[in-house]
Amino acid sequence: MSEATFRGGVHPYEGKELSSDLPIKTVMPTGEMVFPMGQHIGAPATPIVAKGDKVLVGQKIGEASGFISANICSSVSGTVKAVEPRMLLNGSKATCVVVENDGQYTGIEGLGEDRDYTKLSNDEIRDIVKEAGVVGMGGAGFPTNVKLAPKEPDKIDYILVNGAECEPYLTSDYRQMLECPEEIVGGLKVILKLFDKAKGLICIEDNKPEAIAKMEKMVQNENRIEVKVLKTKYPQGGERTLISAATGRKIYSAKLPADAGCIVDNISTVIAIYRAVCKCTPLITRVMTLTGDAFEKPVNVNVRIGCCHADLVAEGGGFKQEPAKIISGGPMMGFAMFDLNVPVTKTSSSILAMTTDEVALNEPTPCIRCGRCVSACPGNLVPQKMAQAVSHNDYDTFVSLNGMECYECGSCTYACPAKRPLTQLFKQARQHVAAQRRKK
Amino acid sequence: MSNLLNISSSPHVRDKSSTKSIMWDVFLALMPAAIFGIYNFSVKPRDINAILLIVVCIATCVLTEYIWQKAMKLPLTVSDGSAAVTGLLLALNLSSTFPIWMAIIGSVFAIIIVKQLFGGLGQNFMNPALGARCFLMVSFAGQMTSFTYDGVTGATPLAQIKMGTGTPKLLDMFLGTTGGTIGETSVVALLIGAAYLVARKVISLRIPVTYIVTFAIFAILFGQHDIMYLAKELCGGGLILGAFFMATDYVTSPITPKGQIVFGIILGVLTGVFRIFGASAEGVSYAIIISNLLVPLIERVTIPVPFGKEGIKDGK
Repeated sequence: MSEATFRGGVHPYEGKELSSDLPIKTVMPTGEMVFPMGQHIGAPATPIVAKGDKVLVGQKIGEASGFISANICSSVSGTVKAVEPRMLLNGSKATCVVVENDGQYTGIEGLGEDRDYTKLSNDEIRDIVKEAGVVGMGGAGFPTNVKLAPKEPDKIDYILVNGAECEPYLTSDYRQMLECPEEIVGGLKVILKLFDKAKGLICIEDNKPEAIAKMEKMVQNENRIEVKVLKTKYPQGGERTLISAATGRKIYSAKLPADAGCIVDNISTVIAIYRAVCKCTPLITRVMTLTGDAFEKPVNVNVRIGCCHADLVAEGGGFKQEPAKIISGGPMMGFAMFDLNVPVTKTSSSILAMTTDEVALNEPTPCIRCGRCVSACPGNLVPQKMAQAVSHNDYDTFVSLNGMECYECGSCTYACPAKRPLTQLFKQARQHVAAQRRKK
Repeated sequence: MSNLLNISSSPHVRDKSSTKSIMWDVFLALMPAAIFGIYNFSVKPRDINAILLIVVCIATCVLTEYIWQKAMKLPLTVSDGSAAVTGLLLALNLSSTFPIWMAIIGSVFAIIIVKQLFGGLGQNFMNPALGARCFLMVSFAGQMTSFTYDGVTGATPLAQIKMGTGTPKLLDMFLGTTGGTIGETSVVALLIGAAYLVARKVISLRIPVTYIVTFAIFAILFGQHDIMYLAKELCGGGLILGAFFMATDYVTSPITPKGQIVFGIILGVLTGVFRIFGASAEGVSYAIIISNLLVPLIERVTIPVPFGKEGIKDGK
C-alpha cells in the first residue's frame, strides 16, 4: 500500500541531520524570566501576581480571561520584579510578568506527583488541562481544553497525534518520540478516555523510521492506538493535509477538525497533557531545536518557558559565523526574529540561525505563469491569479478565487522560480479581508 | 537593539530553480532538433543558410530586447534567456532557404510587437515566435512555404499527402530526413528534447498529450480512415514541435490543470480543421495562436475547487 499523503506540496531541503541524533539536553535558566500573558490564540491572560510577590514553580501567574484563553504558570521560583509591557518575538509590546529566578526551583505543593487518570471524570481531566495552561505547541497555540470539548463528543472518531514534523530543520518532536514515547502514548490514552469511540493515530512521516519503529513497539498492545506512516512532503503536518492523509476526510476553512470527527494534537501538546494530568505538572517547559548552519553545535534542548532566546545561543555552542537570519520555528512558516532578547513562549519550537538569507538573495522577477505555484498548493488554489488580484488591490477577486482558503503554508513561494513573494501578498490580503468583514 | 537582524515574511527558503534555469532547460531541449536541422539542411547539402538563420534569429531577438529595454529605461532582463529561446524557436519554424533579412524582421516583430509592447516577459498573450512566424507567413508567403531538401525544391511530406502528389516514407518522417522547416522534421530529435523537459519537470504532459490525442481522433474521424495516414499526420508538419515546445509555453497557455486539458482539446480540433478542411496542409501555428487568445476565458471557467470544498456549492 502506498503511504498516506495529499495532493500538492513541496520538498524543501530537510536539514534535520544537523540535530536529529542529538539527545535532548535540559537547560536551567538564570536571572530574569519573562512570561508574556498572550502566548496563545485568543484573549491574553490576566496577571494575578504583583510586583514583590513570591512565586513558585508551577504557580499560576496569569488567569485565562475568556473562553478562548489560557492560564500562564511560572516555570521558576522567585520574586515578581515587574508586571509591564515587554517586547515580544513579533516586535509588538505586550503585558508580561517578569520574575527574578532564585535558582531554587521550589515547586508548588504536589508538583510532579503521580495521578491516576482513570479515576478522574472527563470534566476533571478537561479542567486539569485548562488549569495547566496547555495550548497547541505546534505553532498555533490554540487552547487545548477547548479542542478537547467539542460540541458533539460522540462524533469524534480519530485522535490524531501530529508527529509529521514536516518543517525542515526541526527535530524536537522526533527526539521526543525517541526519548519519551511512553509519555506520548500516556497522553493519547488520556485523550482517548474522553472519547470512547475514537481511535488514536500517531502520524509520522517516513523520513523518521526510528521514530516509527519506536512508536509501533510502544503501541503493539494498545488496541485503540495505531501508528500511521505518512509520505514525507511539506506541509504534511498541516491540520487539513494531515486529516486528509490519515483519514481520507477533508475540511476547509469554515470547518473545524471536529466537523470531520477528528482532534489533532501535536506531539509536544500530547506530552503536555500527559504531564498535566498524570504528573501534576502544568505547561512550564518545552523542547526546542537550536539549529541551522550558523550554530557551532546544533542541539535539542528542554527549556523553561519564559527564558530569553539570547541566553540559549550559548547552548548551541554560540555562532560559528554571524547569522544572516534567525528564525523562530521552521523555515517555511517560522517567524524571522529582529532581536534575540525576547522570551521563549509555549509555541517557540526552535531557533534556526542561517548564514545565508535566501529571501534577500533572490530578487523577484516577472511571473512567467509556469504554474508551479498551482501544482504546489495543497489547498488546490491558483496562487498566480490570487497574487495578481492582490497586486491590483482587487480583494473581491481574491476572495472569489478562494483566497481565504489559503493557510499561508508557503509552498507556492518556495516553488516560484520567479521568486515572487506570493505568501506575503496572501497574508496581507487575508488580514485585509478579515478586517473588512469584521467592520461589517 | 543596535544590531537588528534581517527579517522577512515566511517562507525563508526558496527552491533552486529560476526563470533563467527553466529557459536554459528549454533552450537545451531544443538542441537535438536544432542540431539535426543543421545537419539536415546545412551539412548534408552544404548550405550555410540554415545555421545562419538560427544564429541570426537568436542574436536579433536578444539584441532587440536589450536595445528596447535600454531605450525604454526598463530593467535589463536579456540574461533570463527568454529572448534567446524565442529566437531559436522562430528559426526552427523557418524554411532553410528563408532570406536572412526577412528573418531579422521576424525576430524584431516577435520581441517588440508581440512581447515588449504588451509588457515584456510574462505579459504577452501570444507566443512571440509563433506570432512572428504567422506575421512572416502572411507577409512573405512564397519564401515561407518554399522548401528545399537535398538541393531539390519540393512539397513537404504533409503537402504531398494532402495533394496526393506523393507517398513520403514514414521512417523518413520519423527520423526527419524530409523537407520542412529547420526544426520540425525530426520527430525523434524533438521527442528526445521533450523527454528531457518532462524529466526535468519543466513541462507537464497535459497539453501535448491531449493536443495530440484530440488531433488523432479528429484526423481518423474526418480525414482518411487509415493508420498509416494517421501516423504520417502525427509525424508531419509542426505538430510535435508545436505540441511539446510552443503549446506548452507557460505565458500563453492556461495555468489551471483543467484549463490545460481544455486548451489541448481546442488545439487538437483547430489543427484538425485547418489541416483537413483548410487550404494549407499545415495548421499548428494558427491553431496555437488562436488558442492563445482563448486562454483568459479558459482559465476563468476552470478555476479548481479548493481542498475540502468538493461537492459544496458556493462554499457555504
